[in-house]
Amino acid sequence: MSFLLPCPHCGPRPVDEYACFGEVTTRPAGESPSLRDLTEYVYFRDNVAGVQREWWQHRDGCGEWFLAERDTRTNEVLSISEPEPAPPV
Amino acid sequence: MRLGPQPRELIDRSQRVLFTFDGRAAGGYTGDTIGSALYASGQRVFSRSFKYHRPRGLLCCSGHCPNCLMTVDSVPNVRVCVEPIRAGAVVEPQNVWGSLDRDALAVTDKIGGPFTPVGFYYRTMIRPRFMWPLYEKVLRNLAGLGKVDERHHGHSRYDVEHRRARVLVVGGGQSGRAAALAAATRGPGVVLVDEGMRLRGAELEGVEVLAPARALGIWEGGLVPVDAGGVLYRFRAERIVVATGALEQPLVFPGNDLVGVMLPDGVRRLIRDFAIRPASRAVVLASDDDALEVADELREAGVAVPRVVDLRTAPLGRIEAKGRRGRVSAAVLDGRAVECDLVVASAGRQPSYSLLAQAGARVEYEPSRGIFVPAELPAGFEALGAVTGEGCATVHPLRSSGARNGDKSFVCVCEDVTTKDVDRAIAEGFDSIELSKRYTTVTMGPCQGKLCQLASIRLYARTTGVSEATVGTTTARPPWAPVELGLLAGPHHEPARRSSIHFRHEEAGATIQWAGPWKRPYAYGEHPEDEVRAVHESLGVIDVSTLGKILVEGPQAVELLERLYPNRFGDMKPGRIRYGVITSDGGRIMDDGTIARLADDLFYVTTTSTGADAVTAWFEWWNAVWGYDAEIVNVTGALAAVNLAGPRAREALSRLVDDPDDVAGDAFRYLDAKELDVAGVPCLALRIGFVGELGYELHFASPAGEHLWDRLVAEGAWPFGLEPQRVLRLEKAHIIVGQDTDSESNLLSAGMSWLPKLEKDDFVGKLAVEHVARREEVERLVGFTMEEDVVPAEGAQVVIEGRPGGRVTSARRSEAVGAVIGLAWLPPERCEDGTRFEIRVDRRTVGARVRHGAFYDASGARMRA
Ligand code: FES
Ligand SMILES: [Zn+2]
Repeated sequence: MSFLLPCPHCGPRPVDEYACFGEVTTRPAGESPSLRDLTEYVYFRDNVAGVQREWWQHRDGCGEWFLAERDTRTNEVLSISEPEPAPPV
Repeated sequence: MRLGPQPRELIDRSQRVLFTFDGRAAGGYTGDTIGSALYASGQRVFSRSFKYHRPRGLLCCSGHCPNCLMTVDSVPNVRVCVEPIRAGAVVEPQNVWGSLDRDALAVTDKIGGPFTPVGFYYRTMIRPRFMWPLYEKVLRNLAGLGKVDERHHGHSRYDVEHRRARVLVVGGGQSGRAAALAAATRGPGVVLVDEGMRLRGAELEGVEVLAPARALGIWEGGLVPVDAGGVLYRFRAERIVVATGALEQPLVFPGNDLVGVMLPDGVRRLIRDFAIRPASRAVVLASDDDALEVADELREAGVAVPRVVDLRTAPLGRIEAKGRRGRVSAAVLDGRAVECDLVVASAGRQPSYSLLAQAGARVEYEPSRGIFVPAELPAGFEALGAVTGEGCATVHPLRSSGARNGDKSFVCVCEDVTTKDVDRAIAEGFDSIELSKRYTTVTMGPCQGKLCQLASIRLYARTTGVSEATVGTTTARPPWAPVELGLLAGPHHEPARRSSIHFRHEEAGATIQWAGPWKRPYAYGEHPEDEVRAVHESLGVIDVSTLGKILVEGPQAVELLERLYPNRFGDMKPGRIRYGVITSDGGRIMDDGTIARLADDLFYVTTTSTGADAVTAWFEWWNAVWGYDAEIVNVTGALAAVNLAGPRAREALSRLVDDPDDVAGDAFRYLDAKELDVAGVPCLALRIGFVGELGYELHFASPAGEHLWDRLVAEGAWPFGLEPQRVLRLEKAHIIVGQDTDSESNLLSAGMSWLPKLEKDDFVGKLAVEHVARREEVERLVGFTMEEDVVPAEGAQVVIEGRPGGRVTSARRSEAVGAVIGLAWLPPERCEDGTRFEIRVDRRTVGARVRHGAFYDASGARMRA
């Protein structure tokens, strides 16, 4: 892995400045999911050969957390976005 | 053997440079390379070959082949033909048993050594297995390239620098230079990399010239690491221009590796750059006009040239070189011997396309010219000059047909692979070029295929009867040029973190040990138990600056923390502290620490010493997921902390604060957090009891570390280290996350079922706790006391009815308890208070009994005092 990844604050920087927190997962919602759903969420990843949404942090840079759409075959980053703020309580 | 002044010579004859070669004095001029100086002084044998220990001399004289590898100032595998001469250098030959000229192992060439058959490794390393170490030992001595000098640590400074360029040009020949200059007229940010000596210090208008420097490869994302001698530049360029030129290809004929068989460019370099007369009689076998010119240059240099053959037109079938003691003595051309001491031979030029291939270019065979050319360059790349095939062509390099009983014909001089080896590999069924590469190791040596890829492909095509295009090329992989491992590893960093009080510990004679990234005192004297006793009976102080310290602030700080922790925080009053444990959604215990509420929307969180970064990242990530209005700031390095603990703690503290009433029992209760000036230092004081006695954890600005420490010691506090702290916490049965717990542990099994508040809507790990609660319990963490005075090792096996039934995670001898105590994982049905089980200690089993609660001061009266 040696590609450049754009940080929403700092622009394109070498990927070694970042920490990847893996693909975006969906936490099971509502009351007690089945063991299967829970296990699925905790341990399984889709690991697609293609475009994947994932969490990144500019760890050795500005520290920003953001989402990126990356093609896992080519490491081309199609888009980045900042996470949404919580809906007002 | 130097000629008169040559128009373009690089040497400065007024400057002699002396060095040592193989223990003897040697010399040359400024501008020489070590290789040219040696050649000028008559040295012809430069190395011994990889397997057969055949003598080898300069072949390419341009840094492409393995023939001149030597050890220079303890650095192995230096190509001396391109290594600038330097005064005092110590140059030693490699892979030699005896001397360069008389190598004892050269017999392997005559009678066949262990390597003779191709695929030797695969045939030998089978059975019996116990012989492998022996084989390895012998082989390491026989084969290989150079030795690492284990005592040598001199040349250890390497740097890595990240660079950007608008245009990066690789190759400083005519087309490369022209491209760089043209790019420079359009703006700054143009860098030219060239591996040769000619451009050293050269100035090109608006271009940064790096020479001699080598582009090691092209990686994903257009990353080009450039070895500039001691510095590795990691370049990223908007546009990469590859002008790496072409490489002269050797001819393959019997005796083609004899000392004195050279490529034309190398010969030209000796004459033109270093003003050396390379030989006295030369035969030239040319495949292009350049090589024909070399014939003229040789004559001009006073070398007799009895025969020049243009292989493009002359129907010359058989070539053979004959030698005496490894050195060329004659060229035999179609049976006619011509005496000579130099054979200049090449099959022509092949584009040097490897970098482009690494970048993703396709490579195509052009049968009419006998060369592989790059096609379809990836975006952002440009190829210029000979690398595109311009002016390149080769004749068939194989000239050994019919040479049954002659000398060996080498396809690959790096790995000593002959035509016979390749034929044999094909006969054995390795009929794809990639398989053959792995079996014969052709192209896998130091030249990285520069001089053997083409010949091996053409040999393959001929033997298997298919076209070169079908055979195809092998995958080009970085590094394209050899590189010192130290350069790739970069500067040697072993960062250690030390607290601001660290040097006080050293002055006090503490034994220092690693604790994660930190250096911490293990104990201050020979007897950690004395330090334990001081805490129990009087007063101790420990540096806990290593604790992770995180501020969480904002209108939604409570919501964030309540969702991160199984605990509740909303009901906490400012000024109170709670113990908290972080778990993952899978239920794994990740870290623990204290959470102090400083104000309605401000919390001060401590983590374990190794957990600060991970916990900060964890907080930030979830906060990004949920989008709460809360800020997370890691203040670990900014703040120092000490824990003042022991029955005398309050009394000592009261003497250091302005108003002793501030620390009175009812004004500063157990689990209170308070801002206090201690010895004039503003502190956040947390009254907690990790070590089981009345204690105050003081957090304050790092620079005040030594001052506050000194004042506490002056008040009679005994410094105590990590080891006594481990004993103290174990006496209270306080766990250490990561030591007493592992990836399987969860809150319920670790005995903290009181902690998670399952009535909360959500917290990370809630689903897992609920699930664990429903499932049958597997094991539980409990305390135990030993029946004998022996300390089991951490990880010792628990034995139940003669069978393994669990494991010990911590154990220490406790004076205060009067027994050896510990924590262990046991089956749930064995966890009743007082249940007996056994632990394996030194090949026997020793009885132990389950003990619930703290071993020391079970009611907690002392820490609440
Ligand atoms: S002779 Fe030095 S590398 Fe070829
Ligand atoms: Zn950034």
